[in-house]
Amino acid sequence: MADPTQLLHKRSFVELSARQRARALLDSGSFRELIDPFERLMSPWLAKQGVVPQADDGVVIAKGLVDGLPVVVAAIEGAFQGGSLGEVGGAKIAGALELAADDNRKGIATRALLLLETGGVRLQEANLGLAAIAEIHAAIVDLRQYQPVIGVIAGSVGCFGGMSIAAGLCSYLVVTQEARLGLNGPLVIEQEAGVEEYDSRDRPFIWSLTGGEQRVACQLADRYVADEVSQIRSEVSALLQQGLPPVPRSQQSGYYLQRLKALDTTAPIDPATVRHLYQGER
Amino acid sequence: MTACSLRGLHWFQALGRDAVEANDVPPSLRVADGRLGEWPVRYLAVVADAHNRFVRARQGEVGLVEGWGLAQAVEQAIAADRDQSCKRVLVAIVDVPSQAYGRREEALGIHQALAAAADSYARARLAGHPVIALLVGKAMSGAFLAHGYQANRLIALADDGVMVHAMGKASAARVTLRSVEELEALAASVPPVAYDIDSYASLGLLWRTLTVSDAEHPSMADLGRVVECLIEAVKDIQRSGPDLSCRLGASNRAASSRVRELLRAQW
Repeated sequence: MADPTQLLHKRSFVELSARQRARALLDSGSFRELIDPFERLMSPWLAKQGVVPQADDGVVIAKGLVDGLPVVVAAIEGAFQGGSLGEVGGAKIAGALELAADDNRKGIATRALLLLETGGVRLQEANLGLAAIAEIHAAIVDLRQYQPVIGVIAGSVGCFGGMSIAAGLCSYLVVTQEARLGLNGPLVIEQEAGVEEYDSRDRPFIWSLTGGEQRVACQLADRYVADEVSQIRSEVSALLQQGLPPVPRSQQSGYYLQRLKALDTTAPIDPATVRHLYQGER
Repeated sequence: MTACSLRGLHWFQALGRDAVEANDVPPSLRVADGRLGEWPVRYLAVVADAHNRFVRARQGEVGLVEGWGLAQAVEQAIAADRDQSCKRVLVAIVDVPSQAYGRREEALGIHQALAAAADSYARARLAGHPVIALLVGKAMSGAFLAHGYQANRLIALADDGVMVHAMGKASAARVTLRSVEELEALAASVPPVAYDIDSYASLGLLWRTLTVSDAEHPSMADLGRVVECLIEAVKDIQRSGPDLSCRLGASNRAASSRVRELLRAQW
């Protein structure tokens, strides 16, 4: 039954900025931003290429609580340079995760929440973005020994490039219908492999293979949620309470190699084939 | 298409000439156990496999099978050495032109395969395995993130054919709405966007660059020089912790240090 008060209180998560998203997921009053925009710690590389930098370099780091549990949130602003990671934004995420791991070694059980809206490396800072992403990977693997690292991909940018690998390292992934998760952006695949391999303008095709619903159905993501703040918040909270998964997805090489061996690679691929291949009896 | 690079294969064969090769890995991977100075070592390389079942990974790209296969090969080493005080050294021989670009790869979650490889290398490092990446050819983007970038130390041959980058030139130009010529002009003044190894070295990420007489076909002297450098790297790793902090400190990467200082102060 549609409750009008409930409808009025529905709040889209996708429409929020990175800072609003971080605030929305943390307990009221617990949000504290680190290196906020007033520090004006900006990319040293963009201006010399004629790109206007942003005061937070498109990444928001905040400490706070989720239902009383200590959490550090790293939220990427998809609206700034496609959520791409350069030196400063990348170092903010890596550095925050490194400190969270240090916390755990000192007996403080800090968890991490990554709000991923990103095309991956910012090409204007190419090798510094790539290096920062390698350090983000290292820090996720380190922190994940102690406490869960949860990735949320809400849309509309999605999560690509080196940061899709970061998503693959997370203890849990929460996605919406708007989300896409893939290594290579559609435009790049089209450029490298040709339009007949991958048509970057065919949106239904792209969502059918890499969209949130498909990723959950293929067990490449864990929770499928509506674009609604309170629902995303409660899924994140439940996963944080749940603690570490028995075996992270990125440590199941035996299983995936066996599944890939069972695939007929001469036949064209479609969403149903992938679901069938990966849903099998576990 | 240009011919596939054979550098990785040649260095694997040279370094692993007395090593025992694993026969339970996919044909696009070469894995061998031997000795490096006083330590046990496992060499790992991704090589071109003209008959790869996944056609987009036939030229040495890191694809689905390569990602999961590397993960398994590293995982096996971690498990085998779990109770050993001396963990074997892992040497990733890096000559990877790119990750595999394709519909099948995306559909089957190539990002997850690459995550698995990065995961294994990172856990090996945290478990106390000295992990070294030896860059003998291209070290591109996602392929390098999966195979090499989690190493304690990065060593590169000083050679025109050795390059690290986030994206091939044509794609990078298209995505940033520039021409390839504009991109090249820019690279001359902005070190992180350049493709050459000297610009990369200026970022402070490499532990050493090594001059050899022939990066394609290593001579005995070249091999000796590289082995000596690998041994030095192991000793250096043993003197420090398992983290990646040795990559910080270059003036071209000052902001990376500044961000960490501020975060620590405000934490």
